Amino acid sequence: MMAATQAGTGSDAGDRLLPAVISVSSLTKRYEDVEAVRGIDFEVVRGETFGFLGPNGAGKTTTIKILCTLASATSGSAKVAGHDTRTEQDEVRRNIGLVFQDTTLDTYLTAEQNLRFHAALYAVPKAVIAPRTRQVLDMVGLWDRKDNLVSTFSGGMQRRLEIARGLLHAPHVLFLDEPTVGLDPQTRSSIWKYINDLKGREDITIFLTTHYMDEAENCDRIAIIDHGKIVAIDTPEALKASVGKDRVQIQTADDATAIAALAESFGIEAAVHDGAVTFSVASGEEFVPRLFAELTVPIRSVSVSRPSLDDVFMSYTGSTIRDAEASVTDVMRRRAARWRGGRR
Amino acid sequence: MVTQVAVAAEADTEAALVAEIRVALPEHGLGHDLRAVNIVWRRELIRFRTDRLRAVTSLIQPFLFLFVLGTGLSSLARRGMPAGVDFKTFIYPGVLAMSVLFTAVFSAGSIVWDREFGFLREMLVAPVRRASLVIGKCLGGATIATFQGIVFLALAWFAHVPYNAVLLLTLIGELLLLSFTLTAFGLMMAARIKQFQSFMALTQMLVMPLFFLSGALYPLNGLPAWLSALTRIDPLTYIVGPMRHAVFGYLNLPARDTQRLAPGITWGSWVVPVGVSLGIVAVMGLVMMAIAIAEFRKTE
Repeated sequence: MMAATQAGTGSDAGDRLLPAVISVSSLTKRYEDVEAVRGIDFEVVRGETFGFLGPNGAGKTTTIKILCTLASATSGSAKVAGHDTRTEQDEVRRNIGLVFQDTTLDTYLTAEQNLRFHAALYAVPKAVIAPRTRQVLDMVGLWDRKDNLVSTFSGGMQRRLEIARGLLHAPHVLFLDEPTVGLDPQTRSSIWKYINDLKGREDITIFLTTHYMDEAENCDRIAIIDHGKIVAIDTPEALKASVGKDRVQIQTADDATAIAALAESFGIEAAVHDGAVTFSVASGEEFVPRLFAELTVPIRSVSVSRPSLDDVFMSYTGSTIRDAEASVTDVMRRRAARWRGGRR
Repeated sequence: MVTQVAVAAEADTEAALVAEIRVALPEHGLGHDLRAVNIVWRRELIRFRTDRLRAVTSLIQPFLFLFVLGTGLSSLARRGMPAGVDFKTFIYPGVLAMSVLFTAVFSAGSIVWDREFGFLREMLVAPVRRASLVIGKCLGGATIATFQGIVFLALAWFAHVPYNAVLLLTLIGELLLLSFTLTAFGLMMAARIKQFQSFMALTQMLVMPLFFLSGALYPLNGLPAWLSALTRIDPLTYIVGPMRHAVFGYLNLPARDTQRLAPGITWGSWVVPVGVSLGIVAVMGLVMMAIAIAEFRKTE
C-alpha cells in the first residue's frame, strides 16, 4: 500500500523506482469503421490500483482486451508483467487474472467445478488447488456455496465468484472490466470491500475500468479516457486539485437577490441547484468570510465542497459522463452488434 | 479426502497469512496441455450428465427411423430383401450412425453457446494452446456421442443383429471414429458461426442430406449416376459402409445376398477396402480439427 501511495504521486513514470507492471506506448486499435483507441501511453507500477475512467464506448474495454491478449493492437506496443502482449501471449496470460463485465462462468457447473476448470487451464499445482480454492472462496464469502450450481447464484455472487476465480492462480495483475456494472449499490460496495481487502492480502496490481465516478476514488491513480484518448492521468486528489474550483452552496432568505448581488459584487455566476444558491470559486474557505462581510442578503447556511471527479471529467472533456454516454449511444450500438458478432 | 480437509482447515486458520499458500505456476509443458485437454473433456461429460433431457431427445429420431420407418417399410421392402433378412437389419447400421450424428455435431455447437454466454473467453485467455482446447472439445463430443451410440447399440437384438463381442467392439470403434469426425466438423463450423441459432439451422440443413446420401437407407449399387456420384462424396458413406460390412459379416447369409445388400463402396470398378474407407474418415476428422484450431488461434 505504501508503495502504491508513493507511486501515485506523479503522473510521469520515469522518475519512479518501482518497476512498471503495465507499460503502454502509442497504442492504437482500429476496427473497420471506428478508431477505438487513438494512441495512448501510460504506465502502471507494481502494487498500484489504476483506474481507467470514461464513458461507455471511450475505448476502455478495447484497451483491456489488448492488454489481456484478446485483441491485437493496430499499432504501438503494450507490455504486461514484462512481457509483450503481441509476441509473448502465454507469458502475459499466466500473469494476469481477469474479471469481465459480462459473466464468463459456466452456469451449468458448480462454483468449485468452475474453479477446478480454471486451475487446470492455468496449471495450478495440484497440491495447492484445494487450499487455494478454499482461500479465494473464503475471501469472497462463497465457501459454503461451493457445491451449488452457478445458475442458482445472484448477479453479485457470480461477480464475486469471478473475482475469486481470477485470483486462483495468484496473478500479478488483476484486470477488472467494470467490476460493479449492473449491480445494486449494496453489492457494489461489498465488491469494493473485497477488492480493497485484496490489496492488503496479496502482492497484486489492479487495473480496472469504470464509468462510476465514486468508484474511481478507490484508485491510486486514474486515467481519464475519452474518444479513445487519455485526456488526463494522475491521482484523484491531484486531478481534483487541477480543476481548482470549490463548489459553494448557500441558503439565503432571498435567492434571486443573492444571485444578483453575487454577480454584481464578485462577478460570479450563480444558480439554484438542489434548493440552494450554487457557484464555483477558486478557494472556497477563503471566499466564505468575504461573502459574509459583503453580501447584503442574510445567509442561513453555507457549505463548501471540493471538486468531485465528476467536475474533473467535466473540466477535461467538456461534458458530464452521462452526456458523453448519450452521445456515444450510436457507437455503442455498433459495438454491441460487433460484440455479439465478434469472434471473441 | 481426509488430508484435503486437513489442508483446507489449515488454510482457514491461516487465512490472514496469504503467503502460506504459494501458487507457483510451472513452466509451460506437455503435462499442462494434457491437463487442459482432460479438463475440457471432463466438462463435456459433466454437462452431458446433468442434461439428461438432451440424451433422451437425441435418441428419439433414430428410434423412429428404426422402429417406425423400419417396421412400416418392412412389408414393402420384403420383396427386395433375401428371405429371412429383415429391412430393420438392413438399415440398422445407418440408423446407428444417425444416433451419434446430432449429439456429436451439437456438442461442438456448445462452443457457439460458450461464446455467446462468455465462457469461451475464460478458455481463450488461459495460457494454454488453442489445440488443447479444441482437442479436448473434440474428444468430449466424441465420447458423449459414442456413449449415446452404445445405448442404441443395446437395441441391436430388435433389429436381429447378434450380440457378438467382436462385432460390438468393431461397431463401437467405428462409432467413436465417426463421432470424432463429426465433432471436428461441428467445431470447424462453430469457429466461424457466432450465433447458436444460426449454428443449429445450418447444421440441421447439412446433417440431414449427409444422412440421406450416405446409403444408410438403401444399398449403394444400382443407383442412378447422379445419386451414385453424390453418395461417393458424402463423408458419412465411408463410415456407414464399413459398419454395414461388419454387421453383415455376422449374419450368416449366402455370399450372394451379402454382395447384393452390402456391396461395399466402389470408385468405378474399384471396391474401396474397409481400412481405406475408415482412413478417409479419420483424415477428414483430423483436417477439420486442424482448421478449427487455426480458426481459434486468430485474435481480434
